[in-house]
Amino acid sequence: MRSVSDTAGTTPTKSERISAADVSKVATLARLSLTDDELTTATAELGAMLDHFADIDALDLDGVEPMMQPTPLANVMRDDIPGETLDRDEVLGQAPLAEDDRFRVPPIIGIEE
Amino acid sequence: MSDMGELHSAVDIASHVRNGEAKAADVVEQHLARIADRDGEINAFNLVLTDAARARAADIDAMVTAGHDPGPLAGVPVALKDNMCTRGIPTTCSSKILADWAPPYDATVVTRLRDAGAIFVGKTNLDEFAMGSSTENSAFGPTRNPLDTTRVPGGSSGGSAAAVAADFAPVSLGSDTGGSIRQPAALCGVVGVKPTYGAVSRLGLIAFGSSLDQIGPFTTNLRDAAVALEAISGHDPGDSTSIQQGPLELAPALERGVEGLRVGRITDLPSGASPDVEERLEVAFEALRAAGAEIIDVAVPAFGYGLTAYYLIAPAEASSNLARFDGVRFGMRTAAPDTNSMYTATRTDGFGAEVKRRIMLGTYALSAGYYDAYYGRAQKVRRLISNDFKAAYAKVDVLLTPASPTVAFEIGDKASDPLAMYLCDTYTIPSNLTGDPGMSVPFGTGEHGLPVGVQVLAPALQDDVMFQAAATLERHMQSDEPQSGEPQSDEPQGTEPRNVSPS
Repeated sequence: MRSVSDTAGTTPTKSERISAADVSKVATLARLSLTDDELTTATAELGAMLDHFADIDALDLDGVEPMMQPTPLANVMRDDIPGETLDRDEVLGQAPLAEDDRFRVPPIIGIEE
Repeated sequence: MSDMGELHSAVDIASHVRNGEAKAADVVEQHLARIADRDGEINAFNLVLTDAARARAADIDAMVTAGHDPGPLAGVPVALKDNMCTRGIPTTCSSKILADWAPPYDATVVTRLRDAGAIFVGKTNLDEFAMGSSTENSAFGPTRNPLDTTRVPGGSSGGSAAAVAADFAPVSLGSDTGGSIRQPAALCGVVGVKPTYGAVSRLGLIAFGSSLDQIGPFTTNLRDAAVALEAISGHDPGDSTSIQQGPLELAPALERGVEGLRVGRITDLPSGASPDVEERLEVAFEALRAAGAEIIDVAVPAFGYGLTAYYLIAPAEASSNLARFDGVRFGMRTAAPDTNSMYTATRTDGFGAEVKRRIMLGTYALSAGYYDAYYGRAQKVRRLISNDFKAAYAKVDVLLTPASPTVAFEIGDKASDPLAMYLCDTYTIPSNLTGDPGMSVPFGTGEHGLPVGVQVLAPALQDDVMFQAAATLERHMQSDEPQSGEPQSDEPQGTEPRNVSPS
């Protein structure tokens, strides 16, 4: 069993598990933009984490049922009865931009150069 | 000021306010004065609700005068972690992205506390979106540990733990996804409870890891924790993960004692807790044994894989939950010519470094080609851990572990090493994965005279048994006071630290 202090304070070395290109792709998927420096740092940090998480690689998990959540509850339904809802003006009043009882956003289709 | 002098515990305050012997207005003024005096240094609060608390105290006093009972928390000042929605009152998650947002509704816990007569004194600081173990990752600056302001209060509910430790409020609420109530409770020397998953409604708790998050109280003593948790627990149709049963019943368990209770010592616990923490854990085992409990060795072989499972599952869930912060419906927006670039600009400006790190880790763990290798495998490991705990709980009623591997560390110590920070959660994570309850009980001091917390764990829905064992530890500490005339029959014997990491 590994120790709580195994990796504390060690400098991450370059990991084989994730490349800067992978991190760049992940950032795009997550709608985040990284500077070159941030990309370098994130690649090292995520690599160090994935190296640490390799402790489960050796486990034989064939036939183990994945556990999504801890309760025995599934598909909790309620009767379809209209009830009180949030106040529209109160909700829209907290939006960055609203107009005509709707959320206002910039053009959905990109502007051509 | 009242003739009663100052009341400090929630139970004392409520009983005196209910029978008219104390005024809620006085109680609130005493707490607001301490906040005004010291929170500039501690930074436990993102927002102090001075005027609202005074107005509410006047209402409570008027109710009592009119012959009505305000409830079991009558006049009790309560601090709320700033990831719990309060209608019309800013709720920021200590993030720039929500800095100006005021929710259009109250979290169920807020409604229930108000119905029980509580008075909200403020919204407390946290690691942004509850991601961290030190409350250093806040857009509004770190919270400091009231017991030593050069040190962290733990996290992510560090503001709530510090608020109770500094006597700013006798009760605060935190949320615990991987230890975020128990670890700061340990570091600040207060009680912190993560109840069974689903025992407390999460409606209005801004989601981090939905299969892991649970709300619970911080207090200075177990009786207050029991009353607070009884008030906020119980089924809520507004939360589909809410267990379909009434409120937890905890107060009676405090008097039960531990005669014949089976207390488990985990033989294969990950090593590396510091010797002072290990020593206090040994004293805790001895205290329970002296009080009549049976100490039984059990194995939980998958315990040590919890960290990996958690740090793949929690960020995966977070990356999905935090997708809603896109500059459209709430919070800030960074202007850009089209929606896609607006989403990216808003999120890049609005989220801090740790939140971005976890979103990227989670997005990676869920992405095509890596899902099976990371997220899928983590869910299977989660099952192994759950099975191991079930097997252990066939032999014992509760388990004891450290709550935190060390006492409070210095501000900045782990700030540049995310993995070192994650290891703070080693002992608390498994019960989030399994959904079982866990709590930290203050149990003396370790290095530098700083508090040590012992973690009591129990099977799902056995929160009362957890309180039962914890109460014996609390009584031990009370009887351990030097001025006490009690015989010190339960002094530690042969407490050499075991299983200490060679590093």
